[in-house]
Amino acid sequence: QSFKFKLCVLEKIHKISWKNLLEISLTRPVINKQATGDGVYRMIGMEPSSSSPEWKPTVSQEEQWILERQVFHIYQLFCNIPPKSQAVMLELQRDNHIEYLMKGLRHLGPSFSVLDAKYFTLSLCALMVRCRNSFLYCHLFTALLLSSRPWICYWILHSIALLGESVDDALEHNAIHFISRCQDQHGGYGGGPGQASYFSMPHLATTYAAVNSLITLGGHRSLGSINRVKIYSFLRRMKHTSGGFSMHDGGEVDVRACYTAISVACALNILDEDLVQGVGDYILSCQTYEGGIAGEPGSEAHGGYTFCGLATMILVNEVNRLDLASLTDWLVFRQGVEGGFQGRTNKLVDGCYSFWQGGAAVLIQRLHAAAGEGHSSVRSNESFTSSEFSDDEELLEGTSSGMAEISPDVEEDGSHLKFFAASTQMVEGGFRDKPGKNRDHYHTCYCLSGLAAAQYSWSKDADSPPLPRSVLGPYSNLLEPINPLCNIVLKQYNEARQFFSKPL
Amino acid sequence: MDSDEDDRIPLSQRPEWSDVTPVPQDDGPNPVVPISYSKEFAETMGYVRAVYLADERSHRALQLTAEAIHFNAGNYTVWQFRRLILEALNADLHDELEFVEHLASKNSKNYQLWHHRRWVAEKLGTEAAGRELEFTKKIFVNDAKNYHAWSHRQWVLQTLGGWEDELAYCDELLEDDIFNNSAWNQVSYAVKAILTKPENESSWRYLRGLYKNSMPSFVMDRRVSTVCLTVLTTKANCVFALSLLLDLLSNGFEPNQELKNAVEALLPESRDQDSDMAVTICSVLEIVDPMRVNYWRWRKKSLHSEVEEGVRNLRVH
Repeated sequence: QSFKFKLCVLEKIHKISWKNLLEISLTRPVINKQATGDGVYRMIGMEPSSSSPEWKPTVSQEEQWILERQVFHIYQLFCNIPPKSQAVMLELQRDNHIEYLMKGLRHLGPSFSVLDAKYFTLSLCALMVRCRNSFLYCHLFTALLLSSRPWICYWILHSIALLGESVDDALEHNAIHFISRCQDQHGGYGGGPGQASYFSMPHLATTYAAVNSLITLGGHRSLGSINRVKIYSFLRRMKHTSGGFSMHDGGEVDVRACYTAISVACALNILDEDLVQGVGDYILSCQTYEGGIAGEPGSEAHGGYTFCGLATMILVNEVNRLDLASLTDWLVFRQGVEGGFQGRTNKLVDGCYSFWQGGAAVLIQRLHAAAGEGHSSVRSNESFTSSEFSDDEELLEGTSSGMAEISPDVEEDGSHLKFFAASTQMVEGGFRDKPGKNRDHYHTCYCLSGLAAAQYSWSKDADSPPLPRSVLGPYSNLLEPINPLCNIVLKQYNEARQFFSKPL
Repeated sequence: MDSDEDDRIPLSQRPEWSDVTPVPQDDGPNPVVPISYSKEFAETMGYVRAVYLADERSHRALQLTAEAIHFNAGNYTVWQFRRLILEALNADLHDELEFVEHLASKNSKNYQLWHHRRWVAEKLGTEAAGRELEFTKKIFVNDAKNYHAWSHRQWVLQTLGGWEDELAYCDELLEDDIFNNSAWNQVSYAVKAILTKPENESSWRYLRGLYKNSMPSFVMDRRVSTVCLTVLTTKANCVFALSLLLDLLSNGFEPNQELKNAVEALLPESRDQDSDMAVTICSVLEIVDPMRVNYWRWRKKSLHSEVEEGVRNLRVH
């Protein structure tokens, strides 16, 4: 029988500053936490071991404990509220999220008086400061807000689509028009509009965001605005001798660049041997001894890059070259006691990794499923050039037979949901990294994407609804199904594949 | 150039810019995700656009890009333009290192900054190596896991050299925080680097030292024996690898056939190989490391007691 821990101790700690918290934790006996099935944590008091009387926690340990205390406190509160309130907490705050998202599309940042120049600067600085507080990966794709408006478009539009909503005609028209202005005359999309008026070199990340946004909006005008020929030539220009890609002319080469390039090429049906050549070699060289994938050869295994690398390898049909066993092992250990995912070993959990890591786990599940069905290659090459997209669905269709034993089920004990609901979802709309951080569109996008990926991971096929237990929370939490490789809502992705079915 | 907003003289009032007409931003009629720019930022970008479109690669343009970068360090186009200007002016890149360092504390997770730094360091060449390593160390003081800084550090070591002390530095970091996974990753990277310079004794010694209090982990770490194997198969500079292998064997390590073959291949045909691999190694060492022939003979004689003690230690853990 599990028993609840002494809330009074935690309450006292919660009211004290974190420096004092540390002092207290040092003088208290060493505590072991053990997770029980229903999400309640049992604390076992132990005497400090005699072999380390002067034991002092490291920076990593300190940060981890502080976060654990915050999160466990929330869980404890959760356990103590009546079932009706618990149900509310587990529910997706759809209306508030939509309101937050629509507002962002129309007007970014706090509202302020046009007349006050000083306030202009302050609000801008506040925005920039918030951005810096996010983790590395929150900057991974963004060249800071101000050079990456297509990104913000994508985060918002994709989130809206996941919630099953759409934008009104006027907003859609403006979005298409705005994104089109970011298109470079020589191909690709930059961070801002216009060659002549706002200069902005085309960039792979913003191209990915722009293309994904336009596909998410869907429809002839949106899809028709994409110049595939020019984008193809841009991708070819970005190809690097290592087999990877540069983010922009004279830019950095890394696994992100590979993913954004290949994902765009697949979505637009312009992938060919010249683009693919060497990419597998490059990504393989980025898989580390830990099992995860790094940004560059030699760097540390990282969730964001692991998703990028894995997805790319699947898209170019070379995933079996990776050491999937060690990748899987690394991946499952990235889920923390809090329920959420961390980006790297011994770092803190963050809501956005619900997609990067959680999504990668879903991809792995699919691979196991496909292998279980006896497919000779997980993804056939023909789907790159053929007009059929049924091969994609083959990959996306899961089967639960045999999966239980061989694939990592990260959702079974519900701890991911609890983390998601308690620690990342903001009741007033939007999602955040973790308690103590502010909400932003990036986290909103990736927390929702992670949820969507997890919900469909156990579906028998693309058309059937997910099993109730995998929805995470009430069935009303069900999001739209996604193509987990490109992270685009499935319906829109399929529409685009149909639209771009003719090869170049 | 961290001047207060109030100290800044608008570009329109600076005489040296009087000949330039700024190019305003044109978002179009109904932009989405509009961002509220400060007047100062908007003005600076107006002038940057003008010089960019005119492709003016002058000193004043360089200074202007610095101002623009201070407003928004994420504008990759401005950074790229700055590089073109630096090249055109054949500027002193040491000043450029200063410029980046100044920005680094507030922008330590900015892709453009690190990419630019790498570009500068590459141009400066090996003389920059020491300073680059110091630079990353400074970043690690406040954030021991900064991903960009670690990637940069690895790039420096790979391209410009200087990795002799790397394992020692990792040891420092790990002593401070044994959970620092980035430092562990660096150990792995440094171990691999040994493969490129097997004749450097420091790294072999260091590797041993790193594990000195946990011999069983050392013996069981496959990477260690893999390093040995790779060096032995190249047949050059194998003294340290052989010596390390000898120590491993004395501590209960069980070699695979590949390793056995690699060692046997080093023994000249005139000599008999022993069923005991450790003995064979000593024989090889007597030949390839003749300066210490007596030492290796003595090691050969002491082998039995060494192995017994080593295996005992292994069992205790």
